[in-house]
Amino acid sequence: MSDSGESEGVQDAGFDDWVDAAEEGTAYYLECPDGHGSLPPRRVCPECGLTDLERVDVPETGTVETYTVTHVPTPAFEDDAPYATAIADFGPVRITGQVVGTDPDVVEDGLEVELEITVSQTTGERVIGFDPLVR
Amino acid sequence: MSPVRVAGAGLTPFGNVPERTGRDLFAEASTIAFEDSGVEREDVEAVFYGNFMGELSEHQGHQGPLMAEAAGVRAPATRYESACASSGVAVRDAVFRIRNGEADVVLVGGTERMTNLGTAGATEALAIAADDLWEVRAGMTFPGAYALMAQAYFAEYGGDREGLAHVAVKNHENALPNEKAQYRSEITVEDVLEAPQVSSPLGLYDSCPISDGAAALVLTSEAYAEEHGLEAPVAITGTGQGGDRMALHDRDYLARSPAASEASEEAYADAGVDAGDVDVAEVHDCFTIAEVLAIEALGLESVGEGISAARDGRTTADGDTPVNLSGGLKAKGHPVGATGASQIAEIAALLAGTHPNSEFVEGATTGVAHNAGGTVASATVHVLEVIP
Ligand SMILES: [Zn+2]
Repeated sequence: MSDSGESEGVQDAGFDDWVDAAEEGTAYYLECPDGHGSLPPRRVCPECGLTDLERVDVPETGTVETYTVTHVPTPAFEDDAPYATAIADFGPVRITGQVVGTDPDVVEDGLEVELEITVSQTTGERVIGFDPLVR
Repeated sequence: MSPVRVAGAGLTPFGNVPERTGRDLFAEASTIAFEDSGVEREDVEAVFYGNFMGELSEHQGHQGPLMAEAAGVRAPATRYESACASSGVAVRDAVFRIRNGEADVVLVGGTERMTNLGTAGATEALAIAADDLWEVRAGMTFPGAYALMAQAYFAEYGGDREGLAHVAVKNHENALPNEKAQYRSEITVEDVLEAPQVSSPLGLYDSCPISDGAAALVLTSEAYAEEHGLEAPVAITGTGQGGDRMALHDRDYLARSPAASEASEEAYADAGVDAGDVDVAEVHDCFTIAEVLAIEALGLESVGEGISAARDGRTTADGDTPVNLSGGLKAKGHPVGATGASQIAEIAALLAGTHPNSEFVEGATTGVAHNAGGTVASATVHVLEVIP
């Protein structure tokens, strides 16, 4: 498993910066002049090729669009299973993350969530999480 | 467009042989392919070779020349990496090379050695086909990604795990007479539904196994086949490739595979056929939901209808368009770098009447092979036809 380099090793520029920001509640996405949203790190809008990208705040809440409960994880999440992985829609961008602080079995389509950076119980590495507004 | 003849094909048994090296597997597959073809090794002008996880499983990069050597061929050799579609793209370039008139004989195929990594290691290795930063680090696995698609499909079009279970049951049944298949055992819908969950709604029997194996094809120009009096009634007449965003969450569709649709449209146009002409298909069923998405993308089923195709007998051996008569990835096995070439070998044998399941497609003239990489960020489709 690659080392996300939280305290040691090399940072992944763009991505680790994003996780830092998300941890402080200031997650952002990149927007091109045509209004296409995408996640960093990125120099070029994948939709139209424009290169003038600006940081814009990710909306406070997103909606679970689809989810799965993983029972057979990669070794980096061995002690975390079973856990719910979801794709949540935050408007201009969708994000993949783990639903935290709740029983995986109660996750459903349409669940409203907020971003919350959590850690893998297996490796201690930071993980993108989704915290349901209503449990 | 001049057809490209499938002069010979060779497969190792697909299965669990952790001690066998990649070079040994490819040597076996290519030896069978040469014997089948009647082509001399010295006539090979290029080797195109698919492999995905060689660095992780064998600490071996730069596999092109190694595999040419293993096959006993002196020719420039290139490795293709496109996740589980690695040898599909290798075949596509081999077809172009021959069509362009730049080669008359190409050895193309692929190998994967996976079981020596163990289940956890192979799960981790397969995961690198996804976006490492935004998917893998969030805990998404390869089965997990397909599970997200299955869940999205159920929500959008309906269907349930039972529909998927019929896909697994069908493909196990098809594998029974296939001596190269990893699983040659009948299973029931209940077996699939009761199996342990891997990533809900997908269980153990919704997933293909971790496999070792190799596949090789000897492809030739029409002129070479005629000149050498080769027995090669089946030709590749169409090729197509499509692409999509790497991360599932960045796609326009979570419950469709546009990359496969693009690939099939291109391949059909190239061959001058349409979906209605297809008599038999081998599709990339790494998970049961993948077969559903594939047959819809290929136009064999309408969007939202694929989930009932196996259950209602449209894609079973005795159905109108049998799908995965080899047993598919599900039962035949999925040594990822070998899969695309192996599918073409299966279709060629089915159309030539030399496959153990050829009786189900007697008189068939047109087949397709669909090979997908990752969560279908890559896809290739090839059309094969009988041209006596
Ligand atoms: Zn743009």
